Amino acid sequence: MDLRFTDEELAFRREVRAFLRESLPPEIHRKLAEGCRLGKADLVRWTCILHARGWAVPHWPVEWGGVDWDPVRQMIFRDEVQQFPAPETLSFGTSMVGPVIYTFGSDAQKRRFLPRIATLEDWWCQGFSEPGAGSDLAALKTRATRDGAQWVINGQKAWTTLAQHADWIFVLARTDGSARKQQGISFILIDMTSPGISVRPVQTIDGGFEVNEVFFDDVRVPLENLVGAENRGWDYAKFLLTNERSGQARIGLSKARLRRIRALASTPRNGAPVLIEDPVFRRKLAELEVEVRALELTQFRVIADERHKEQGRPNPASSILKIKGSELQQATTELLMDVLGPAGLVRHAESGPAAFDWARGGTSTYFNLRKLSIYGGSNEIQRTIIARAILGL
Amino acid sequence: MNFDLSEDQRLLKDSVGRWLARSYAFEHRARILASPEGWSRATWAQMAELGLLGLPFAEADGGFAGGPVETMIVMEAFGHALVVEPYLPTVVLAGAVLRHGASAEQRRRLVPLITDGSLVLALAHGEPQARWHTADIATRAVEAAGGWRLSGAKSLVLHGESADRLIVSARTGGAPRDPNGIGLFLVDRKAPGVVVHGYPTQDGQRAAEIGFQDVRVPAEDVLGDVANGLPVVEHAIDEAIAAIAAEAVGAMEAALGMTVNYLKTRTQFGVPIGSFQALQHRAADMFIALEQARSMAFLAVMSAADDDGARRRRAMSAAKIQTAKSARFIGQEAIQLHGGIGMTMEYKVGHLFKRLTMIERQFGDLDHHFGCLAAAGSLLDDA
Repeated sequence: MDLRFTDEELAFRREVRAFLRESLPPEIHRKLAEGCRLGKADLVRWTCILHARGWAVPHWPVEWGGVDWDPVRQMIFRDEVQQFPAPETLSFGTSMVGPVIYTFGSDAQKRRFLPRIATLEDWWCQGFSEPGAGSDLAALKTRATRDGAQWVINGQKAWTTLAQHADWIFVLARTDGSARKQQGISFILIDMTSPGISVRPVQTIDGGFEVNEVFFDDVRVPLENLVGAENRGWDYAKFLLTNERSGQARIGLSKARLRRIRALASTPRNGAPVLIEDPVFRRKLAELEVEVRALELTQFRVIADERHKEQGRPNPASSILKIKGSELQQATTELLMDVLGPAGLVRHAESGPAAFDWARGGTSTYFNLRKLSIYGGSNEIQRTIIARAILGL
Repeated sequence: MNFDLSEDQRLLKDSVGRWLARSYAFEHRARILASPEGWSRATWAQMAELGLLGLPFAEADGGFAGGPVETMIVMEAFGHALVVEPYLPTVVLAGAVLRHGASAEQRRRLVPLITDGSLVLALAHGEPQARWHTADIATRAVEAAGGWRLSGAKSLVLHGESADRLIVSARTGGAPRDPNGIGLFLVDRKAPGVVVHGYPTQDGQRAAEIGFQDVRVPAEDVLGDVANGLPVVEHAIDEAIAAIAAEAVGAMEAALGMTVNYLKTRTQFGVPIGSFQALQHRAADMFIALEQARSMAFLAVMSAADDDGARRRRAMSAAKIQTAKSARFIGQEAIQLHGGIGMTMEYKVGHLFKRLTMIERQFGDLDHHFGCLAAAGSLLDDA
């Protein structure tokens, strides 16, 4: 047993940090550090910089642009990116559809899509949820029917994140209405410029535009855009949802936010005593730091276990990462609001007074991150998974 | 970074687990608790035979050269079985004081006696006024012809009435709460002037209030520097925190296991109550609390030998906080999900809850360690 990183791993951490310091454009860094939203151009620019360094998709197979890092290095890389903070690549491409394509897709699909995902030439979005299919995803109703050399898609997707920027969408659609509900679903790649697709943005409680409704009205898609086998889409979706379990905790983001909280609480403002001297506040900060440390160690256990992958069974501890990781991110935004005090009441979108600029992004991040315990399998669904799969209830 | 046990460590885990399953059943423990001493000398002798009592000591001193991981393995198994023998005071606490504070000659004299089971020790450090403040020592040591004389009172000394000898902290100089000026003295429990009042604690273990009235200590029983004993005691307490964090993991695992089993077998409204989602989610939260505590117990264990005292104490406070929170949550939930049977002394889960409640407070409760951590700066850069 040894919890220390090796000298080589520590050197790797320094190498990643030095790269971020040299390469991340300062205006992108500032936006992220202040919890503000990045534009599409920001993410495209940063993805190109990462790609030039060979680090856009390090977790992919080497032949498709991945880097031959072991699980510990993959984790260190993510942790440094999140802590810096630097942008993470667009997960819908790099962590969701990318791995599905290189695992289940045809050679033609791999050659056509993977390089453009890695460089963000193609912006992908995820067409899974529907108005009637949330936690019960397999209840989805969007249909794909065969007509000659094409699929004809009809239906509606909901909560489609950043669809307004998307070039492509990967969709779960029903291809066999007579089968059991998980068994008649297929995984289909659809060009967002296809006639019959319309996108309606939905404003969320943080004031931002992130999610959309996507409507499909007789959208025609070439048959070759089916991934893998017809009616096997549910298996690919499950693969996708459990593929990056250990990445879901995003502990680096919570660490970065706690550091920002400590810095803000230590900064004198308007002659008032600094909050960091308040024992109640310090206790709240200490409480979250302990939780972050505990979750980080739990993540280390999961990662260390990935090295024994031949057993093929996910470490039970990995199911904790989604629940605790999302709860912690939410708790850190609550504490951030506590630091902001009255300044947290100001909305900054258009006309916030400059005197409150230091508080920018805090409260809207709090509103925005309520989503974390809802998406990716709600935390209630996760608890049911623990109860059934681990405890055997 | 790896969490794997070595081959020898796996063997230790298996042998301790098998031995306790065979010879420390809940009913047997109940008989031990009801005995006059409240613990079993026969069990103690078996621990000596298994090599557990000499585990953390160097081979040169007569021990078996184990480290914090070996202690963790033993304590986790003890937590499962709710072992009440004086392992924590003798081997963990007093053992650590001897390893960090005693001379080579003293270690060679004492360690073989611990290892073979013939010497039970206790650390007499806490005092009635001190709460959890480790430097709050009022017991005085005054130099006298060829030795020292101790006067004062010690409180909640674990297994103080069974110990053959006591390691007593006493002030040789400095004001109350001054971290300097504290010495450590080895005192025979039956020495003239030592008055011991033993009693049970809430979890069925034993402790004692001990008075010292002008008790003579010969020079050869002074442990280390008479003015600088506190860092030794604090290191011993840090090792004990790691040990009880592991013990808590064992007890929490047992409590969760019993609870899940109960949910599967208890039938109401015609179905097992574990089919109710309200209860499933509570069990899932118990599992999460257990795994978070396990992670922090690993941190405590791996930090126990850290020579950077400030970083070591931050890790211990953090681990103690997580342990306390998880222990309270799992203990309370285990009782609630068991319903009435959880409230009885006839059933093990209540005893697990009682031990977990003691561990929550031993060596500093939640408030104390939050205070330590809040004063110590950020934990984030220790990783």
